[in-house]
Amino acid sequence: MNDITTLTLTETIEAIKQKKFSEEELNKAYLKKIAIINPKINSFLKIQKNSRGIPAAIKDAILTKGIKTTAGSKILSNFVPPYNATVIDKLLEQNISVIGKTNCDEFAMGGSGENSAFRPTKNPWDLNKVTGGSSSGSAAAIAADLSVFSLGSDTGGSIRQPASLCGVVGLKPTYGRVSRYGLIPMASSLDQIGPITKSVEDAALVLDWISGADSLDANCKDAKFSFTPSRWEPKLNGLKVGIPKEYFGEGLDPKVKAVIEEAIKKLEELEAEIVEISLPHSQYALAAYYIIVPSEVSSNMGRFDGIRFGLGRENLGQEVKRRIMLGTFALSSGYYDDYYAKAAKVRTLVKQDFEKAFDPLAGGVDVIVGPVSPTTAWNLGEKIDDPLKMYLSDIYTISANLAGIPGISLPCGFSPSTSSGQARLPVGLQILGKQWDEETILRVGFAYEQATKWHLQEPELVSRVESQESRQKGNKTGF
Amino acid sequence: MNLTLDQVKHVAKLANLPLTPEEEEKYSEQLSKVLDYIEQLNSVDITNVEPTFNVTGQVNVMREDTTAGCFTQEEALSNAPKKKDGMFETKGVFEDE
Repeated sequence: MNDITTLTLTETIEAIKQKKFSEEELNKAYLKKIAIINPKINSFLKIQKNSRGIPAAIKDAILTKGIKTTAGSKILSNFVPPYNATVIDKLLEQNISVIGKTNCDEFAMGGSGENSAFRPTKNPWDLNKVTGGSSSGSAAAIAADLSVFSLGSDTGGSIRQPASLCGVVGLKPTYGRVSRYGLIPMASSLDQIGPITKSVEDAALVLDWISGADSLDANCKDAKFSFTPSRWEPKLNGLKVGIPKEYFGEGLDPKVKAVIEEAIKKLEELEAEIVEISLPHSQYALAAYYIIVPSEVSSNMGRFDGIRFGLGRENLGQEVKRRIMLGTFALSSGYYDDYYAKAAKVRTLVKQDFEKAFDPLAGGVDVIVGPVSPTTAWNLGEKIDDPLKMYLSDIYTISANLAGIPGISLPCGFSPSTSSGQARLPVGLQILGKQWDEETILRVGFAYEQATKWHLQEPELVSRVESQESRQKGNKTGF
Repeated sequence: MNLTLDQVKHVAKLANLPLTPEEEEKYSEQLSKVLDYIEQLNSVDITNVEPTFNVTGQVNVMREDTTAGCFTQEEALSNAPKKKDGMFETKGVFEDE
């Protein structure tokens, strides 16, 4: 390994401390790689040429003072925020700099990255495939080593699902752990900002930095996550892992299933106790979600009046309009009880399923493990005109948002390449935890990662550039 | 549930959303399909179930009653498509202005 862009965040910090390279060299290396690879994958909408700080890529739905922020929408194509999101101020305090704003589905609405009004993000593992979404550019940028880490936002899987399809680590914190101030809202009762990183340790460190109370988000709790790496052990020592039978039924691609089952075996080898559990209302979560989200969307999108900022509403894209329509209908006179009120009650049942599964007084489990996405990355264009099919790709991730619990996606293997020339594609393992218990899911993720090292795998597109670089330069920028 | 073309037009008006005739057709069809999928909520027993609107359990979050800085007029207007005399310029409400 001789390219500094392959280092994780914790390794980068250590290397700078030991003066193995300077911040300027670090930024130069990343900017150089962005110039070569970004035109192929469209992970950035805007690139900032810094020479100081440790570079982070920020989803374009998060406000950055003085740096154009579009949320992937034409309606904000000229919008330059006059203030920073709280998470950005917190990162700046840690000597992090914004290397660029990442592509995303318009206003974070979508599960493939294709709803960006500008251009679709492409998967670094196979340029004909989607990255997943909505934090498409944030995941692709980390998979291609174009930033040390990135921030995304997750309303129904928008961090975890693209992380899974791109083979990187993605953490959705507990709702209320991280301030949403300055995150352009989609569904306010579900939105949460979180890190996409090259390792589990990195995700924990970034969560430490960005979490904690904020007087500008009344739903953000005074509960800062604090990261102490030394307390994590390589073995799981009888930790109870629940496998929900509802996450392994019809619709799960057998190739993904095989990889996930292998990962569960690995957890067992690491001395976890594996038990089958049931989350009986899982099958209704998606229907409840697609009432609650559009309803909150229709209300949140009301601010785009073309008077104070942004262009006129005719500049909104198809999926955004679809959700505004659905939400406005669901909240309209005569339909509220049939739709929104009912969905809010089903949300309670989904939440109670998790509370029962985790209940320590009833012999509950410590974490719940399963797939992130029912399939690996699909072809660009494949689901774009079938909203329902697109929505179904979030089936295993949305329950965590409805219940407000934390979840992580981590690389756990690949669906094999095929004789017809289909490249191997990454599969993500999802670990869900109790509300406010990111610690345990990170600990399990860390043990798994250390035992398997899937996170060190790189897309061919990227390793090719890296080996060319080191040949040409004779390792001059090497480390 | 079938969302008719007339309903689509009505909802678009409520949402202040300019739609083309093609979009009205398309949404009538696509949203009807999504609403059909959502019908399955009717098979869940929700008797005596309280709704969940917020999961944090936070209530009455207070802050100190102090003043803090705010945007300058220039910052607040920096993204406005139309401004006049240091104010946002809007369309007239009662007549075409």
